[in-house]
Amino acid sequence: MNSADVGWMMASTALVLLMTPALAFFYGGLVRSKNALNTMMMSFVALGAAGLLWAMAGYSLAFSPGGPFIGGLTHTLLRGVTLDVKGTIPHVLFMAYQGTFAIITVALISGAVIERMRFSAYLLFLMLWSLLVYSPVAHWVWGGGWLASIGVLDFAGGTVVHVNAGIAAFVAAAVLGQRKDFARQAFLPHNVPFVLLGTGLLWFGWFGFNAGSALGANASAALAFTTTMFAPAATMVVWTLLDLWRTRKATAIGSATGIVVGLVAITPAAGFVSPIMAIVLGALAAFPSYFALLYRARTKLDDSLDVLSAHGVGGITGALLTGVFADKAWNGTTDGLIYGHAAQLGIQALSVVVTMAYSAVATFMVLKAVNAIVPLRADRSDEGLGMDVSQHGEEAYAESDGAILVLPNRDARTAPDRTPSWAPAGQGGQS
Amino acid sequence: MKLVVAIIRRERLNDVLEELFKSDVQGLSITRVQGHGGEVEHVETYRGTTVKMDLSEKVRLDIGVSNHFVEPTVNAIMHAARTGAVGDGKIFVLPVEKVYRIRTGEEDQAAVTPVSVPAHS
Repeated sequence: MNSADVGWMMASTALVLLMTPALAFFYGGLVRSKNALNTMMMSFVALGAAGLLWAMAGYSLAFSPGGPFIGGLTHTLLRGVTLDVKGTIPHVLFMAYQGTFAIITVALISGAVIERMRFSAYLLFLMLWSLLVYSPVAHWVWGGGWLASIGVLDFAGGTVVHVNAGIAAFVAAAVLGQRKDFARQAFLPHNVPFVLLGTGLLWFGWFGFNAGSALGANASAALAFTTTMFAPAATMVVWTLLDLWRTRKATAIGSATGIVVGLVAITPAAGFVSPIMAIVLGALAAFPSYFALLYRARTKLDDSLDVLSAHGVGGITGALLTGVFADKAWNGTTDGLIYGHAAQLGIQALSVVVTMAYSAVATFMVLKAVNAIVPLRADRSDEGLGMDVSQHGEEAYAESDGAILVLPNRDARTAPDRTPSWAPAGQGGQS
Repeated sequence: MKLVVAIIRRERLNDVLEELFKSDVQGLSITRVQGHGGEVEHVETYRGTTVKMDLSEKVRLDIGVSNHFVEPTVNAIMHAARTGAVGDGKIFVLPVEKVYRIRTGEEDQAAVTPVSVPAHS
């Protein structure tokens, strides 16, 4: 047990957990005001549901000894997850740290289904997906599964988290279909400052995500920390230049998107590449996502917040470039293509393709299973009214005009009182 | 000339605008208003407080039209704003005494005729 490692990993766990509320702000600012709470809740609900499931079974399926494709059941209900040392930190802390990844991964998918997915269906989807899709893929790469044994490089989850969530988002957007006003009406973000706030908090949390993935306060963590700072800076600059070239304006949402894409791209490479190559990687990563985003807007796919372009395409770019720029002098284990080890790029490509295939098929099946129990789409009229009122009975920006207090002994739902609030007492109104 | 005032559901606004555009009705103002038209209130809960939202968000359209444009305007709104549930709103047609176009000082018929379309007599 190493005290510095324990301290850093507790801080990292809290940092990564903060990324989910940060994502709620990022996504919440991008939607229309009538759907702001529902969108933010889709992220927040993962903190509870995915967190709980991780402790119940998800951790065991990902990290307990099992086959090459899925872990076993020995750690279900946290059996055997004790204060004993795993690596250099207590096993409970390792479990908690990995849980924060499961939470953010399912929350990422929500960006593709916002403004139209029934909340109960989303909750069911989230729970099934975290057990049936996230846990197995996490096992492949980190739990001693088959991708780990062929030597794939995925420092902090570029494939497990971002490619996985990006492809799941693509499938979910396609299965759910377009929002009712799609392509007829522009959907404008209702609060761009929220988007910037969310981006800042995501970057802050991402230091725990990437540098924490070293599982200790060591040199590898310091490298990942540094690359996490500079790669997104490069992506943001290139993204903004592309914006300037295309529209002559540096946009705020463009800057935010560039940062997120850079963070996604450096994730698999964080502790494997030199800082200068991380900057090159970050700069290159702007291009595929930028043009994927432009292309998506011209298609019929309503991947509403472009999870596929940002996380899917960004994750694939990062995973492949890890195989190009990995540097043995910095990571001590493996070289990439430019240092003469071309095979690494092949291994990276294989891991991406297999993850995409599994994620697509499994996500499709999970959605179909959920749809058999509860319809995936909210009612059309509820979608028109706004998901905040229809799914949650709350508004993000409520006006208190005309809000009548319902006293506890009068249940408004069972005894609707049709008298307008301004009718004189004792008179029935015209109902 | 008439002033057509319509109170409609907020979520139908885009359909109504589209329909009005198709009927060549080009000049209008909209206002966000709150109102009550006998529809069932929705219930919201904030911690221990349950409230009935008595006033719902509506959109008000004000459209000044020449007489022969009244019917197409009303039909367009009626068609696009209707859902069949209580709360679809109302259309009022009011007589107008005088209209001026500020830019040119044109009056009445000339002032409510779209600039790009030749005047109907």
